[in-house]
Amino acid sequence: MTTFTDILATAFGLVAGADASLVRTVALSFAVSGSACFFAAWLGLAAGAWLAVARFRGRRVVLLALDTLLALPSVVAGLAVYLLLSRSGPLGSWGLLYTPTAMVIVQTMLALPIVAALARQVVADALRDGGDQLRSLGAGPLLCALLMLLHERWAVVTLLLIAFGRAIAEVGAVMIVGGNIAGFTRVMTTTIALETSKGDLPLALALGFILLAVVALLNIVIALVPRSNELHAAQLP
Amino acid sequence: MTTPAPPRELLALHGASVSFGAVDALRDANLRVHAGDVVAIVGANGSGKTTLLRLLHGVVAYSGRREVAAAAGVQAMVFQRPFLLRLSVWNNLRLALWLAHRHMPRQERGERAMQALRRVGLATLRDRPARSLSGGEQQRLALARGWAVRPDILFLDEPTANLDPSAKKEVESLLAGFAAEGMTLVMSTHNLGQAKRLATRVVYMDGGRIDTDLPTEAFFNTGAQGRADLFLKGRLTWAIDV
Repeated sequence: MTTFTDILATAFGLVAGADASLVRTVALSFAVSGSACFFAAWLGLAAGAWLAVARFRGRRVVLLALDTLLALPSVVAGLAVYLLLSRSGPLGSWGLLYTPTAMVIVQTMLALPIVAALARQVVADALRDGGDQLRSLGAGPLLCALLMLLHERWAVVTLLLIAFGRAIAEVGAVMIVGGNIAGFTRVMTTTIALETSKGDLPLALALGFILLAVVALLNIVIALVPRSNELHAAQLP
Repeated sequence: MTTPAPPRELLALHGASVSFGAVDALRDANLRVHAGDVVAIVGANGSGKTTLLRLLHGVVAYSGRREVAAAAGVQAMVFQRPFLLRLSVWNNLRLALWLAHRHMPRQERGERAMQALRRVGLATLRDRPARSLSGGEQQRLALARGWAVRPDILFLDEPTANLDPSAKKEVESLLAGFAAEGMTLVMSTHNLGQAKRLATRVVYMDGGRIDTDLPTEAFFNTGAQGRADLFLKGRLTWAIDV
């Protein structure tokens, strides 16, 4: 029987030797989660900024729904995207099911509420402090909100890192819509789940180390995010 | 012999009121601000000075009527606790200019910002993070930001509150300079000495109402009656500070 130390040694060997299958899986994970975060950032920051200043009937319901989506179970998101993209679904003709694109879509769905809800809160808090001053200078409501995103840019970086952490550590949804196809849609988390069930613990453990390292790195970056920084003059109008 | 033309009216309130929920912060305010006025709004804490300023500036919801002349199109306000963005001193100024004058050429904005920094003595600190400045420097930067946009009216909410005596003196001297250039200033202050030195008119607020509105000399010498007189004599909340 393989001892735990043997498993650890093999896992370290895979990481140290940059095993091709390991590298491919890690690269796909970063590509999928990075893309999802990119889309969630654009949509979520814009939506969060708008929600912080918009006043309309039903706003409280929207905010409540957004807060609820923060805890959206990933398998539910996966199921929803599966139903949309499956051959009999409304978007079935696009042929996206079991592709990395489907995985990006579902991870965007999971990251978007985090970015939007936290950005709204960050902007709303900042506006309480300085909204009158910006309005006094001539900024309209939406411009005020966008300027507050600039003002609170390090909080924004932190919330984007949190969203990336949620996306890259997710397993259920990408398993459902990606299908865990070797070399095509297999990412770190789905590989860990699969290899563990097969009993191939060294690869699962190696990926576990990398995933843990990614999460640790994100936490270190969040901790190191400067509390204040200045933009160069050329970056402003 | 011709009589001089009366000063242009820039801003007027007619029966304006402001409520925050169930609280009436300001009731039935009637006030006119003319070009070149330096109006000091005085009164005890909670009397409605800041609300009146915010109403005059148009950053608070109100009922009643508020008339703004075309000649008062550009306004700026220096808040009691100046809000500065997490940018450099320079970028805070340029951003304010961009917000107030979107079509101004970039180079002119830069020149205007530099003039403003020199005016308040912060030119050497232009690349410093604005939020790392001392309280007095931040207030001077806020004044520079207000002055740089060349407002028709500059509103100031207790501009020297929380400043040490030398910073107070610096800020007061800047305000005197702005007034000497003909800028219309409307400021709230607890400092009656400051009102006496700077203002051409004093508005006394009491319990959310404008109680008295008199030329400065009349207010301090003969005109203040009733609660305004008690306030001046220090029998309400504040003692005169000259």
